Formats: sequence, structure tokens, C-alpha cells
Amino acid sequence: MQDTVKLHFDVSGNDFTCAGEASGKIKRTLKQLGFDISLVRNVAIAVYEAEINMVIHADGGVIDVDIDSDCITVVLKDRGPGIPDIELAMKEGYSTAPENVRMLGFGAGMGLPNIKKYTDEMNIDTVIGVGTTITLKVYNK
Amino acid sequence: MDVKELVEKLNLTVLCSDELGRKVTGCYCGDLLSWVMSRAKEGDAWLTVMGNINSIGVAVLADVACIVLTENAALDDDALMRAKQNDVIVLRTDKNSYEIAAAISRLI
Ligand SMILES: Nc1ncnc2c1ncn2[C@@H]1O[C@H](COP(=O)(O)OP(=O)(O)O)[C@@H](O)[C@H]1O
Ligand SMILES: [Mg+2]
Repeated sequence: MQDTVKLHFDVSGNDFTCAGEASGKIKRTLKQLGFDISLVRNVAIAVYEAEINMVIHADGGVIDVDIDSDCITVVLKDRGPGIPDIELAMKEGYSTAPENVRMLGFGAGMGLPNIKKYTDEMNIDTVIGVGTTITLKVYNK
Repeated sequence: MDVKELVEKLNLTVLCSDELGRKVTGCYCGDLLSWVMSRAKEGDAWLTVMGNINSIGVAVLADVACIVLTENAALDDDALMRAKQNDVIVLRTDKNSYEIAAAISRLI
């Protein structure tokens, strides 16, 4: 693979019918490019969790993916409420998801911990009232 | 064992897909999607009562062999459509997840 492959997605807020579309497409693309199946799975899980968070907690956003042969970088940017306490938000089981969202099977409070677990680098840049940008990196070892 | 055999042995109803050749190598029970996504293994039969569109997304991501909706749980119309688009096998039974998991463990 010579050049960087770039993907861009718009994610609409509170729309659970489309949630998961971006991560699904990223997964297919990585598979087609011949990346290792476990790397593909790790990236897909991490992006899915972050994508769902944008839908549930931040009224949507945009996702940009850079695929290089040695590293997958995903930047998820939203204009949601921001995360007041990142350390608390990272705790397994912590969730502010409303009841209607929990009824769909979300809100386990495992999203951010899962993202951390399945990526090599995770950076959360958040400003209250402005939005959150999450940058993920998975290296192809 | 493939899904076809699972359907026959456990008397499951096929809600989606007519290609049942996929191998079933294990089983995972759960309804919280974050857990399923990270813990279910490729080739598992996933037993759940969650029949919404997001379950289909998770099934695709986790590469499970099939979804088994237990206790006659409903499959939403948009979920059925998404399952067809993504070739996800969806089955249904009136039994609960414990009974089905125990039966699968005897078969594989
Ligand atoms: N993009 C986001 N914008 C604002 N808040 C967020 C965002 N992502 C996560 N959060 C906050 O962090 C908490 C924990 O997130 P997560 O671990 O994914 O659990 P869950 O989504 O199941 O609630 C959320 O409940 C929410 O309060
Ligand atoms: Mg989440």
C-alpha cells in the first residue's frame, strides 16, 4: 500500500438506524486492503463505540480516517456538551445514557474503556459546551 | 456444526437468510451491546433478546455465526432489513438463553 487511504463520514445525532454505518464501512475497507483480521476487529470495535457515543451523547459529528500501511488513525469530532470529568467517564460501568437508550442495549458504560482497550493510542480533547474530539491510533505491527 | 444443523437440532425458526452453511464454534449470551461486541467470538451463536437494528450492527462487527432471539423476542422491521443487507443469520426460539446455551454446549 503506497498512499494514505482517507475516509470521511457524517454521523447524525440520535439516529440509531444509521449508527454503526461508518464503523461497518471502515471494517470493510480495512478487510479489502488486506489488514490482519484482529486489527480490523479492534479498529471496528473502537470506532463503533466512539461513533455510538457521538450519536447518544453529542448529537452527531464527523469521522475522519487515515489508513496507512503501518497505522490507522481515526479522528471523531463532535459539537456536543463535552465531557466534564474524563477520568470518571473512563470508568467501567459509568454512564449517563438515558433510559430509552439503555432499552436498546446501549449505556453499559463500557464504551470508552473498550476504545482504550482496543487501540494503541487514545486521546480525548474536550471542552464543555464546545465539543469533544477523540483521536485513536492502531498500529499495524 | 453449521447453523443448518443448529436450526434442525434445536428446532429454531429462521427469520433471516437462507444460506445456513456457516460454522458455529461457540456461544455467547448477553444483551448489552458493548459487552457482546468485545467479548463474543467470531463464529459464536449469539443468544439475546435484543432484536433491534443495532444488534445487527454488533453481529456484523463481532462476526458471530448467527443471532438467536430467545424467549420469542421481537425482530424489528428495520433490523430485518439490515440483516438481509448484511447477510446476518437471525433465528428465533421460545426457549430461554440458558436452555439454548446448554443445548449448544451438548452439540459442539
Ligand atoms: N462524545 C461524547 N460527548 C459527551 N459525553 C460523552 C461522549 N462520549 C462519552 N461521553 C460521556 O462518557 C460516559 C461514558 O461513555 P461510555 O463509556 O461510552 O459509556 P456509555 O456510552 O455506555 O454511557 C457517557 O455516559 C457520557 O456521559
Ligand atoms: Mg458509549
